This record gives sequence, C-alpha cells and structure tokens, in this order.
Amino acid sequence: MKRHLLSAADLSRDDAELVLQTAEELRSLADRPIKKLPALRGRTVVNLFFEDSTRTRISFEAAAKRLSADVINFAAKGSSLSKGESLKDTALTLEAMGADAVVVRHSASGAPHRLANSGWVRSSVVNAGDGTHEHPTQALLDAFTMWRHLGSLDGRRVAIVGDVLHSRVARSNALLLRTLGAEVTLVSPPTLLPVGIEGWPVETSYDLDAVLPKADVVMMLRVQRERMHGGFFPTAREYSRRYGLDGRRMATLQDHTIVMHPGPMVRGMEITADVADSDRSVIVEQVTNGVAVRMAVLYLLLGGSEPAVSTEGLSE
Amino acid sequence: MPAPNAAPDATTDDGRTVLDARDIGRALTRISHEILERNKGASDLVLLGIPSRGVPLAERIAERIASVEGYDVPVGSLDVTMYRDDLRMKPARALLPTQIPGGGIDGRTVVLVDDVLFSGRTIRAALDALNDIGRPKAVRLAVLVDRGHRELPIRADFVGKNLPTSLVESVRVRLQGIDDVDAVTIQGSTEGEVA
Repeated sequence: MKRHLLSAADLSRDDAELVLQTAEELRSLADRPIKKLPALRGRTVVNLFFEDSTRTRISFEAAAKRLSADVINFAAKGSSLSKGESLKDTALTLEAMGADAVVVRHSASGAPHRLANSGWVRSSVVNAGDGTHEHPTQALLDAFTMWRHLGSLDGRRVAIVGDVLHSRVARSNALLLRTLGAEVTLVSPPTLLPVGIEGWPVETSYDLDAVLPKADVVMMLRVQRERMHGGFFPTAREYSRRYGLDGRRMATLQDHTIVMHPGPMVRGMEITADVADSDRSVIVEQVTNGVAVRMAVLYLLLGGSEPAVSTEGLSE
Repeated sequence: MPAPNAAPDATTDDGRTVLDARDIGRALTRISHEILERNKGASDLVLLGIPSRGVPLAERIAERIASVEGYDVPVGSLDVTMYRDDLRMKPARALLPTQIPGGGIDGRTVVLVDDVLFSGRTIRAALDALNDIGRPKAVRLAVLVDRGHRELPIRADFVGKNLPTSLVESVRVRLQGIDDVDAVTIQGSTEGEVA
C-alpha cells in the first residue's frame, strides 16, 4: 500500500485483502456503545476538498474520528483557495500545521499525485477522487460490499453500467476488481467510453440486456452532467431506456445478484426508484461500509511506525 | 492426536517440551474448576479469549464448564491490537477478530484467557479495550503459562503452569485448531540445563 493511496492500481492483491479484512473487523465497531478506537490518537488528518462532496468527506471525517485522530476540514469555498492560492501554497500551509495525512479531492486529474510526489508535504496522501481519474477508497468499499455478499471475488462477473467516460469510480473499480480476480464488463453508449479503453483489463458492451443475466454484481453509474460539454446521447429518456436499470431489467438478474450505486443517484435516470429501494439494492450498505473501509485505510497508513504491508516503492 | 510419549523435558528440534497435550488438558480442567469455585457457579460468567491462541483456550474452558455445570458460558474474543502501547513502534498490524457475546459484558464477570503471561502489557491493553465495550462486575485473568518478567503490576488469577524463564528464552504455545499439536515448548539457550 506504500505510503500514499493514490490509485487502486497501487494495491497488490495482498494489500487489498488486508484492507478488506481490516475493514471487516472495524465494521463491528458500529454496533458498540463507544464507537471509538484509540489507534490514531494524536494524529492529524486534513480533509482537503477542492470539489463538492457530501458522503465522501463525511465518511472520511467519521472514519478518522472513530480512530481518535484530530480532523481538520478544509473546503475550497470560504478558504484562501477562492482568493487564488495555489495547490503548492496550500500544501505548504498544511505541512507547517503538521498534518499526518491529507485526504484530497480535486477536480483536476492527478492533483493528489502532484501533492504526494512534489516533496511539498511529508504526510500520507489519500486520493478521495481526482477529476475523471480515480477514487480508490470508493473501489475498496465497493469490493468490500461485494465480498461481504458474495465471498471471494475470483471469477465473479461485475457489470459497471453508464457514464464510464466521466467516472473515476469505474476506473478504480476496474483496476481493483481485476486485482481481486473478478471479471469486469463496462456497459455504456459508445460516446461515454473513454479513449484507450482497449488498454483497461475489462470487456466492453453496448447492450445492457445481454450482460445482465450473467452478472453477479450490477453497478450503476451516475450520468455526470456537470462534466459534460457536448451531446453524448440524444435525450435523457433515450439514455434511460437503453442504459437505465428498471424493474423489468432487474427481473432478468440471477437470484443472488446485487445492485450497487456509488451515489449520488439520479432516480429515474440511470436507476428507477423501485430498483434503488429493492432487496437487491445494497446502496445504503455501501455508505456504512465506506466508513469501515476508510478506517482501515487510515489505520494501515498511519497506525504503525510505517505503512503496513509491502514497502516496495517506498522512498524512505 | 499424536501419542504423548515424549516425556516432559524431552529436547526436540522444536525446543524443550514443558507441557504436552495431556498436561495442557489437565491444566485447563483445573483452571475450569477454579473459575467455578471462585465465581460460585457459572452464572454471569463471560470468557473472552485474546487472539489468536487465547480463543481456543477459552473455548476449551467453556466446554469443561459445560460438562461440569451443564451451563453454556458465553465465549468470545477480544483483539487488543489497537490498544497496544507499542502500536507506533512497529508497522501497522493486521487486526484479529473481536467477538463480544450477545449478552454483552455489563454487570458480568469477565474472564480474560490468554496463552502466555509475560510483560503484562497485552493484559493492560485488554483492560483498556474492555473499558470501551462495557462495565463488567469483575475482570479475572486465566493463562496457560505464566513465564514471569512482569513490567506492569498485573497478575493472573488462574495459572496453568508457572514457568520460570530467562529473558533470552522464548515460550511457544501450540494448540490444535491453529497448530497441528497441543504443546508448550521453550526455545533458547537451555540445552545445558536439560542435560
């Protein structure tokens, strides 16, 4: 897991399984009267969010606080960033404050890499979503949710459906699920598949109805209208008809198949309300699991004298 | 089960055997009776094993209590990793299972079960961990081996065997379920004494 968590591709299979097992132990904390562990007492975690986020920021904040870390929330709005401060100057400020970990979300792909590899900060950097690039803790919590429902992911078929082009969740999931032995099929209109998709370790399809009966997991993605500058599909209705998950399509799934969504959902667009609220839907559980997985990541990065598991690539 | 024909003090590649399978069985039977005697019965008892080898020991004690009293004592496990005082001195360690029985520990007598009592630091961590889970009526400590060298004011209530050791020796407990045999061995510079 090295010192930073920037990409799902950085995780070896052993690393990823260690995160999942650690998260499994930490999940039971939610059932205890005192939902706190002392592991990160005296450590400071900074949530550095240059882009709007509700669930990811709250999830990281809850995770850090349950491990007894001190949490500083730093949102772009209302900070010096809106006055034109650069990423570098912000980083130097955080370094001067003695942050042990920086959880960063940025609209620019690669910003967390810059922060981690520039020498500006000594803290661990956790990527909480950068542009259309990656969102590794989302992939870990998705894998954790699948693992809890299906057991080993070896040979499991996962369909990731929708706006792959703008989705950092899809990329991180494709990389991590491959590492864990699952077979990923991306289902999307041709206009919403990224250039270079041939190099991803996945199958692709334009036909949702053909993929659904074989899938063990169906993960619906939000159509990210805010990142779209152009016509990627004719109308929302046509998109829903071809790539939306409704009750009729859900009926073609195998009995054990689960339906996931990283949130926020647009009900009626990529998923209908009856599917989102059905027994197959694990969407609310994904949020619960997110806290446990982020606790596991923070614990493994910060809990010991140096990050757990492989130190390959470690510079110091 | 391998025939316990190796007499105590037999030197093997694995070190000197100080308790074989029968010895361990007898020690656990005695501990079980002592727990019952001290607690005046099995009611309100909760056994919490400290992973990994405290857990099978707690289960075996529960089996013996059930056969004597006809009462199933709740058994669980308590991982103390995050409460250790040396957490920051080593790379972050994998967590082990914590399973608190359904009835909880509030108002009950908790017996912590571990394989070896040494510095006492694990038990201190366990007491902190218990504090976050509830408020037991009392906490007792049962260990298979007490090897001395305490660094904190902690002692065991129930001891399988007191084993004076030197600091250069290491005590290894193997239990079926986790290992292939039941045995307690000592490794280190003791060959001279044995002969």
